[in-house]
Amino acid sequence: MLDKFVNIDRRIIFVLVAIAVIVSLLLTFRLPIPPTPPVLSIYNTIEDLPPDSHVLIAFDYDPAAMEELQPMAVALLHHLYSKDLKVIGLTLWPGGTGLAEQALVTLAGEYNKKSGEDFVFLGYKPGVASLIINMGENLHTAFPTDFYGNDTQTLPALRGVHSLKDIDYVIDLAAGASAETWIAFGKEKYKFDMAVGCTAVIGPDLYPFLDSRQINGLMAGLKGAAEYEVLVGFQANAVEGMRPQSVTHALVVVFIIFSNAVFFASGGWRTTRKRLGGAGR
Amino acid sequence: MNRSVDFWILVGTLAAFTAVNIFLFLYGGFRIDWDSFGIVIAAGLTLIMYSFLYKDNPAFKIGENLYVGVALGYTVIITWFNALKPDIYEPFFVPLFTGTARPEYLVVVPVILGIFMVLRISTRLAWLSRWSFAFVVGLGAGLTIPNYIHTFILRQIEPSMRPLFGGNETVFASVNGIFILVGVVTVLLYFFFSIEHKGPVGVASKIGIYFLMVSFGASFGYTVMGRMSLLIGRMIFLLRDWLGVLH
Repeated sequence: MLDKFVNIDRRIIFVLVAIAVIVSLLLTFRLPIPPTPPVLSIYNTIEDLPPDSHVLIAFDYDPAAMEELQPMAVALLHHLYSKDLKVIGLTLWPGGTGLAEQALVTLAGEYNKKSGEDFVFLGYKPGVASLIINMGENLHTAFPTDFYGNDTQTLPALRGVHSLKDIDYVIDLAAGASAETWIAFGKEKYKFDMAVGCTAVIGPDLYPFLDSRQINGLMAGLKGAAEYEVLVGFQANAVEGMRPQSVTHALVVVFIIFSNAVFFASGGWRTTRKRLGGAGR
Repeated sequence: MNRSVDFWILVGTLAAFTAVNIFLFLYGGFRIDWDSFGIVIAAGLTLIMYSFLYKDNPAFKIGENLYVGVALGYTVIITWFNALKPDIYEPFFVPLFTGTARPEYLVVVPVILGIFMVLRISTRLAWLSRWSFAFVVGLGAGLTIPNYIHTFILRQIEPSMRPLFGGNETVFASVNGIFILVGVVTVLLYFFFSIEHKGPVGVASKIGIYFLMVSFGASFGYTVMGRMSLLIGRMIFLLRDWLGVLH
C-alpha cells in the first residue's frame, strides 16, 4: 500500500493542484491581504511626492514573468497617474516593450493622460549597465527619441530631467538580475530613491538590499502585487490570485508532510541512509 | 500507455478545443475579430504548453519551437526599431547617402567592433572578434569591479555592523541585528576550510548550516509561490478571458 504512495504518478499531483486552483478561483471567498512594511514604504514614498514629480519605471521583464509583474505595473500606474506624477517608462528587456507600452497607454487612457505630456515611453535600449550609466550622465543622449520617435529634448513630460539624478523615484520591475544592476550602476552612483518589484523567485536575493537601505521598498511576487492593489484600492488579478495562491500553498504543505510521513513509514529513510553511508566511505 | 491511446487523446483534445471555440463564437460572446482570434490562439498555446505535464508530445514541440521563433523575431524587430535604426542607420547611413546632414562618424567605431564580434562564425576571420571582446572585457571590468565592491560588499557589510541600540530601533530590529550578525559569522565559519570543524568552530559551523537551511527553505518557498503564480495567471486567463466563467 505504502509503495503505491512512494511511487505515486506525478500527474496525480498536477491534477490535484489544477483542481485546487480552478475551484478556489471559481469559489468567491475573501482572505485578508495586509500590506507588509516594504510594500507600504513604496506606497508612502509615492504618496509623499508632490504633483509633477518624475517617477521612472523600468519594465525589466518579458511575457514569461508577466503574471507576477504586470499586475504590479498596473497597480503602480494607477497610483502614479492618480497622483498626477510624470511617468517615465523604459525597458532593458526587448521582450518587455509590448507589455510596458500596453500598461502605460491603457492606464493613461483611463486617467486622460497624454503621451509626451504626462508620461513618456522611452522603449528598449541594449547595454544594461552602460545604458544606466549613460542615463546617469545624460538621459537625452541615452534616449534621443522616445518609443514613437519624438525628440526627448522637446517632450513636456521630461522638462527638468537631464539625467537620472533629476528623477524623484525609480522603480525597477525585475524578472532577472536587472535590479542589482540598477542598484550598482544607478542608485549607488547617482543617488536617487529606488524601489524594486520582482518575481517571487528572486525576492529572497533582494531582501539584503532592503536591510542595507539601498532600496526603500520591495514588492515580491504576486503577493507583493496584491498588497499594492489593496493599498491603491484597485483589486484585480493579483488580489484574485491570492485565493488559489493560499489554497495551493496549503496543498503543497500537505504534500510535503504526507510524503515525508510515507517516506519514514515505508522505511525509505533506512535505504537512503545506507546509500549515503556507502557513498561517504 | 501505447501510441494509439495517445493518438486518440490528442484527437479528442483537439475536437473538444474546436467544439468549445465554436460554442464560444456562436453563443459565448466572441465576435469575429482579431481580439477574439488572439484569445483563442493564446488559449490553445497555453493548453499545448501544459500538455507536457502529461508527457512530451508533438503539439508541445510545435509550441516550444513557435515560442523560440516568435521571441527571436520580436527581439530582432524591437532591436532594429529601438537601437539600430535610431542610433546607427539614421545618424550615420541616412546622412551619408542623402547628404541631408553631417554623418556621425563616431558611430563607425562601435559598428565595426560589433561586426567583428559576428565574425566568430568565420574560421578565417574569427581572430578579429578578440579585439571586440578585449574592449568588452576591459570596459566591463573597469565599470564593474569598483561598483560591485562598493554595492555588494562594502554597503552590504553595513547592516552587520549597525549599532544594536541606536535609540530609534524597536526591540525586534535589534533582535534582527543579532540574527544577522550571528548568521553572517557562522555561515562564513562554515565555509572556512583552513581550520578543522571541531569544538567551538564545529558548533558555530553547525549553526551556520541551520542558517543556510532556513535560507534554502525561504528560497524554495518563494520559488513555489512564483511557479504557482504563473499557473494561477494562466488559469485566470483561461477561465475569464477565454471561457468567460470567471468575472
